[in-house]
Amino acid sequence: MPIQLIKENVNIDFVGLRRYAYIITGIILIIGLIAIALNRGLSYGVDFAGGVMVQIEFKNEVDDNAVKTAIKGIEMPGLTVQKIGEDNHHYLLRFSASETGHKNLRVDLDNALKNSFTDNEVKITRLEMVGPKVGSELRDMAIEAVFYSILLITVYISGRFEHCWFTAAGIAAILWGAIYLMDMLAIYFDFTFFNKMYAICIAMIITLFLSWKVKLNYSLGALLSLIHDVVVTLGILTLLGKEIDLNVIAALLTLVGYSLNDTIIVYDRIRENINAIRKDPVKPSIGDIINLSANQTLARTLMTSLTTLVACLSLYLLGGSVIHDFALTMLIGIIVGSYSSIFVASPILMAFGNIDLYLSQQENHEEIEKPGAHGIV
Amino acid sequence: MKSTKLRLFLSVLVLLIGLAYSLPNIPAIGNGPLKDFLPQNRINLGLDLKGGMNLTLGVDVEKAIENTLSIMGQGIREKILTEGYTILRPRMKNGELEIIVPKQEQVVAIKEIIQTWNPNLQLIDESDNNAGTAGTSLKYVLSDIAKKEAENLTLDQVVRTIRNRIDQFGVAEPDIRKQSNNQVQVQLPGLTDTSRAIQIVGQTAHLEFRIVRDDVNPNDFVLPAGTQRLPMLDKQGGQSSIVLDNQVLLTGADIVNARPSFDKYGSAYVSLKFSPKGAITFEQVTGENIKKRLAIVLDGEVYSAPVIQDKIAGGEASISGEFTTEQANDLAVVLRAGSLPAPVHILEERTVGPSLGQESIDSGIMASLVGAILVLLMMPLFYGYSGLVADILLCGTLSLMFAGLSLFGATLTLPGIAGVVLTIGMAVDANVLIFERIREELRLGVSTAEAIYAGFSRASISIMDSNLTTIIAAVILYQFGTGPIRGFAVTLSLGIVASMFTSVFVCRAIFEWWSERNPNKALSV
Repeated sequence: MPIQLIKENVNIDFVGLRRYAYIITGIILIIGLIAIALNRGLSYGVDFAGGVMVQIEFKNEVDDNAVKTAIKGIEMPGLTVQKIGEDNHHYLLRFSASETGHKNLRVDLDNALKNSFTDNEVKITRLEMVGPKVGSELRDMAIEAVFYSILLITVYISGRFEHCWFTAAGIAAILWGAIYLMDMLAIYFDFTFFNKMYAICIAMIITLFLSWKVKLNYSLGALLSLIHDVVVTLGILTLLGKEIDLNVIAALLTLVGYSLNDTIIVYDRIRENINAIRKDPVKPSIGDIINLSANQTLARTLMTSLTTLVACLSLYLLGGSVIHDFALTMLIGIIVGSYSSIFVASPILMAFGNIDLYLSQQENHEEIEKPGAHGIV
Repeated sequence: MKSTKLRLFLSVLVLLIGLAYSLPNIPAIGNGPLKDFLPQNRINLGLDLKGGMNLTLGVDVEKAIENTLSIMGQGIREKILTEGYTILRPRMKNGELEIIVPKQEQVVAIKEIIQTWNPNLQLIDESDNNAGTAGTSLKYVLSDIAKKEAENLTLDQVVRTIRNRIDQFGVAEPDIRKQSNNQVQVQLPGLTDTSRAIQIVGQTAHLEFRIVRDDVNPNDFVLPAGTQRLPMLDKQGGQSSIVLDNQVLLTGADIVNARPSFDKYGSAYVSLKFSPKGAITFEQVTGENIKKRLAIVLDGEVYSAPVIQDKIAGGEASISGEFTTEQANDLAVVLRAGSLPAPVHILEERTVGPSLGQESIDSGIMASLVGAILVLLMMPLFYGYSGLVADILLCGTLSLMFAGLSLFGATLTLPGIAGVVLTIGMAVDANVLIFERIREELRLGVSTAEAIYAGFSRASISIMDSNLTTIIAAVILYQFGTGPIRGFAVTLSLGIVASMFTSVFVCRAIFEWWSERNPNKALSV
């Protein structure tokens, strides 16, 4: 007989726990935001900040002071020397790009290292130089990518759950226009302080407001839990002193897509359970429905996350230094995402509507929604 | 039911094709005795796995456009002189070509001549007697269309030139391509001597011949209009300053050949041969500037500035400087392969040594194997024999994914390997959802066949929905990402599509086939 992760008749009062969940969510969010604020924003890796990263490999162990001494003569503004892994074989040098210094950098570095460590084999295994221009281009690209994926997914969710494709598309169009307008204004008035980040934050707030206004509560919940996932993951990464680079952004975008899976499953079950009580004379509260649904889907929420978590853990532990931060981001994000699908996405349905609202919304679409047209898990 | 068998047959067929395309990627099989029977498509490895260098170069197209204008200026002057009118020597000023007409009454006729000589020139300013110069000043720029065309031409030429150089340098399968924002991407796989490669690729070898303005003191704080101060290399390896006229008489584009040579003292220099057109210009220019000095400027540094004793015919010149033999050799190679039409800057460089690449492959394979084994163990543990079916299907998913990568000739990068590992974890999600639903139905007391039917039909659309959101994210990543990240987006999307096929279509066929054959057995789930 296979093991059951969750007992059949499990009945956790998730809704009752939601006040604690709010507190925990609030604390995590605040800690994350404080960490980011104390750090004066996110710490960007070479990809986004520009600069040089050099990975060196020694055949015999070397301590970091020796490395620092060896390369002292070379101009490397803001140099940091960081050990990779437990043994003293691999080091990572990070510094800002200096326009003049780069031309012969590799040769100079190679010579300096070879001269200082004559009895040790040393080689440069990786060198990444990103100019400030490319860095800011990549940064804008990354912010846009995160924004557009959240936006598209929200549109998809509102269409999917609430049959409001037109409203959703309308909201998307308004947002796209708003971003475009803000970009134009920023260029016209030469607002140097006004970067893409602000534009996207404003656009996000508009989306949330519009979703709330037209009572797209499922999209509101999905969107808020996505924002929660991204902000908390970034906050934890900042707390851990990790830098945001292209790989981390790739992981974040994957998370945006993946962490929604759990949310979709819980929401689907909520809809199914609301459908089932339509004929009942005494309606349970939306809280009861949420509780029932969360418990019914708990096993699969945990199990799906667990398999992915195990795979990511293997990647984190064995995948090598280059992919380390990617795996870490996925690990954090999967846990945060599972948490938010139960404790963020569902309570929002409760906070912004009651059972009558959801019942009537579903009944309005009854003729459109043929039985079985929706997958219900 | 007949359709079950048909679906089962289709599933097996697709999975076999998948195996046929994915297996050759394992060296023992791809190069083994089965080699001739299997498809030849292979997965490409990205630079981060194979080792190699990836450069993004920014091309200073403004400079190329300026050069084009400057050369046009000379043509205009010749044309106008032959028509019997007079103008002062045209010069470049803030990216504009300035032509000064001393005689007011000739302005209209000269404008007419310029317009017919090259309609792409746009008159943007006309003013009389300004800045102490007598006469009318006409300022020209290139029209937008011509500018765009010149930019494209410049980029194409940069790509062609770099390809020439790389070919001479000897790198297998280089990839050089134009990008937006006047950028060029250069990928050199398997390269070890990266510093020399940068030298070869990045050196503009922008050669200019310009007249020295010995009437200007190089130490003056303010230089007269139309002149420029440049560093001059002297014999001792030190630097001094020299003032040159902004007018570029000839460039590297006028050179057809370059070779290293040695003078009678044994010092290396590079001798140049001009094209026929270049030779004519050179002869004319030297004839007009006797007793002046002609500076040979390479990438913004003056290498030598000999006095022109006489008109030089025959179209040959030389660059001397304190070259080592190797440097003279490299410079000759670079000039011969063609100098770049505009300076390039290295905006981005990413180099991975072959050893680190191999390490990444090894640790990537290790992580995938361990991740896969753990997931393979978990599924039977939690779902019994059904879990075992899911395991077999997971292997099928992976094989389909690699088949897709081979078939599309996609590039596997390190983030791509991460995508493989993620797929291992995510692919079984669909199975989990279906199995949990079947369990739930069974608990309600329905028959096995009904539970299987309900499980699959109710879960399938939800699975597609939730996977679609991940695919949306992957598509956006592909759209916005750079090389390695695109590799990730491709593997992730392929993995999701493959897993949807196996866990919804194939898995259902297997389960229904089983329940038809064993209608009374309890399902192990």
